[in-house]
Amino acid sequence: MFDVHLHKVGLAYGDLQVFQQLDLSLKAGQWTCLLGGSGVGKTTLLRMVAGLVDQSDIRVEGRVTCDDGQPLAGRIAWMSQQDSLLPWATVLDNITIGERLRTRKFLRRSRLSSEALDRAHHMLELVGLDEKARVLPQNLSGGQRQRVALARTLFEDRPVVLMDEPFGALDAITRLNLQDMACDLLAGKTVMLITHDPLEALRLGHAVYHLRGHPAQLTDAITPPGKIPRSLDNAELMTLQGVLLDRLRHEESVA
Amino acid sequence: MSKRFAVLKPLLVFIGILLLWQGLVVGLEVPSFIIPDPVSVFKRMVSDAGLLWEHALVTMAEMLMGLTLGVLFGVLMALTLVYFVSLRPWLLPLLLVTQAIPVFALAPVLMLWFGYGMASKVIMTVLIIFFPVATCCYDGLRQTHQGWLDLAQTMGGGSWAVLRLVRWPSALPALASGLRVAVVVAPIGAVVGEWVGSSAGLGYLMLQANARLWVDLMFAALTVLAICSVGLYYFTDLLLKRLIPWQTSHH
Ligand SMILES: Nc1ncnc2c1ncn2[C@@H]1O[C@H](COP(=O)(O)OP(=O)(O)O)[C@@H](O)[C@H]1O
Ligand SMILES: [Mg+2]
Repeated sequence: MFDVHLHKVGLAYGDLQVFQQLDLSLKAGQWTCLLGGSGVGKTTLLRMVAGLVDQSDIRVEGRVTCDDGQPLAGRIAWMSQQDSLLPWATVLDNITIGERLRTRKFLRRSRLSSEALDRAHHMLELVGLDEKARVLPQNLSGGQRQRVALARTLFEDRPVVLMDEPFGALDAITRLNLQDMACDLLAGKTVMLITHDPLEALRLGHAVYHLRGHPAQLTDAITPPGKIPRSLDNAELMTLQGVLLDRLRHEESVA
Repeated sequence: MSKRFAVLKPLLVFIGILLLWQGLVVGLEVPSFIIPDPVSVFKRMVSDAGLLWEHALVTMAEMLMGLTLGVLFGVLMALTLVYFVSLRPWLLPLLLVTQAIPVFALAPVLMLWFGYGMASKVIMTVLIIFFPVATCCYDGLRQTHQGWLDLAQTMGGGSWAVLRLVRWPSALPALASGLRVAVVVAPIGAVVGEWVGSSAGLGYLMLQANARLWVDLMFAALTVLAICSVGLYYFTDLLLKRLIPWQTSHH
C-alpha cells in the first residue's frame, strides 16, 4: 500500500482560479474526507486527482505522486454523484463495464470470462442485490442504484477509491446504511471522499479537511476519535458536526 | 385498459374522418369529380388493387432506400463531426446548405443527373432525411453525460470501446427522435420526385389519374400513400421503443 501526495496543486478554468498551492496527503488504507460548500471546487479537485482534467482551457499546476514511486493513473476507481449507472445496461452489465471497456476486441459483444462473471455476481451478493442482476437501473431505488455503483467500484478492485458525494441524493436513513456498507466493503483501500455533509465526513473520515474560500484553501485536518463508521451516539461527533455546520452556513452567507 | 384505448384512438379518428367525409360529400352534394365519396374510393381501391400495389411498392422502395442511406450518411456525418474536430468548421456549413436549398428546387436538376428512375427519388429522400438524422445524432453524441465519460476514462477504456459502449448507446434516444422525424418526411422526397418526372410510383399514378380526371383513383392512390406513411411511422415508433427501452434523458 502507498500514500498519495498532492504537492502545491492548483487549477484554473480560464480566469477563475478554483484553488492553488494545495498540499494534501491521502494515507494508505485510510479514508480522507473533504468537506465543502457547493461550488467551492471539491469535484474539480477530485477530478484533478483522477487525471480527468486535460482540456486545453484548464490550467493545472503542481503534482500528484504516490510514495511507492509508481504513477496513480490506472490505480483508481471512480464513484460519482447520482446517475452514474448506464441506463441501457443491466445491473450485471453495469458492474462489468470496466472489464468490457478494457478488452481490445474490435467488434461484437466482447464476452466476459466466467471468472469475471463469478466475481461480478459475488460483488452483487456483497451489496445484497444478487437477485437484481438482469434488471435495468431505472427499476431500482436510489439506494439500490448506489449499491450497484458500489459493487462496480469493488469489481474494479483498485487500491485507491475516489468518491464524489456518492450518497448525496439519498434520504438520511439510506445514506447511513450505505455509509456503513461502504466502510465495510472498502476496508483496506485508500479512499478520498468528497461531501457537503459534515456528519458524513465525521462518521467516515480518518482525517477530515474543510475546503473553503476563493481560491479555495484546506483547513487543518480534524481527526475524530474512534473507528469508522463512527456511531451517532458519540457526543464529541455531534459537537464537531455543529461547529462544522455553523462554519459552512457562515460561508454561504458571505458568498 | 389505457393501452388498448391508445390503439383505439387513432382508429376512432380515422373512422370519424371517413364519416365526416361521406357526410360532407352527400350533404353538400359535392360533384364527384371534385371530391369522390369514400365508398367509391374504396371500390376503386378494390378494383384497381393490383395497379395500386404495384405503384405503392415502387414508392415504398424509394422511401426505404432513401431512409436507409439517409440514416447511414447522417450517422456518419455526426460521427465525423464529433471525432474530427478540425473538420467541423467545414462540415457544419455544408450541413446547413443541404437544408437551406429547398429540395423542390433541386428536383429538376436531380432528374437531369440521375434520370427518371428510382435513383433520383432515393437521392431526394436522402437529402431531406440527412439533416434531422445528422443533427439529432450529433447532439446526442455531444451530450454524453460527463459522469459516464469520466468513469470510462478512469476504467481505462480506449476511444473505440468508449464510443461503442458508452457514447453510442447514450446517443440512441436522440437519434431515435431524429428517425421519427425522418420517417415522417421521407414520403415528401419520394412523391415530389415522382411528380417532377417518373414512370412509376404513387406520385406518378396520382398525376396520371389527375390528368384523366379519374378523381376516385387519385384519392385511392392518396389513401394508399397515407396508409404507407402512417404504417411506416407506427412501425418505426414501435421498433424504437422496443430497441431503446430505457427512459430518455433526466438532466
Ligand atoms: N468545466 C468547467 N468550466 C468552467 N468552470 C467550471 C467548470 N467546472 C466547474 N467550474 C466552476 O468551478 C467552481 C468549482 O466547481 P466544482 O468543483 O464543481 O464545485 P463543487 O464540486 O465543490 O460543488 C464553480 O464555480 C464552477 O462554476
Ligand atoms: Mg461537486
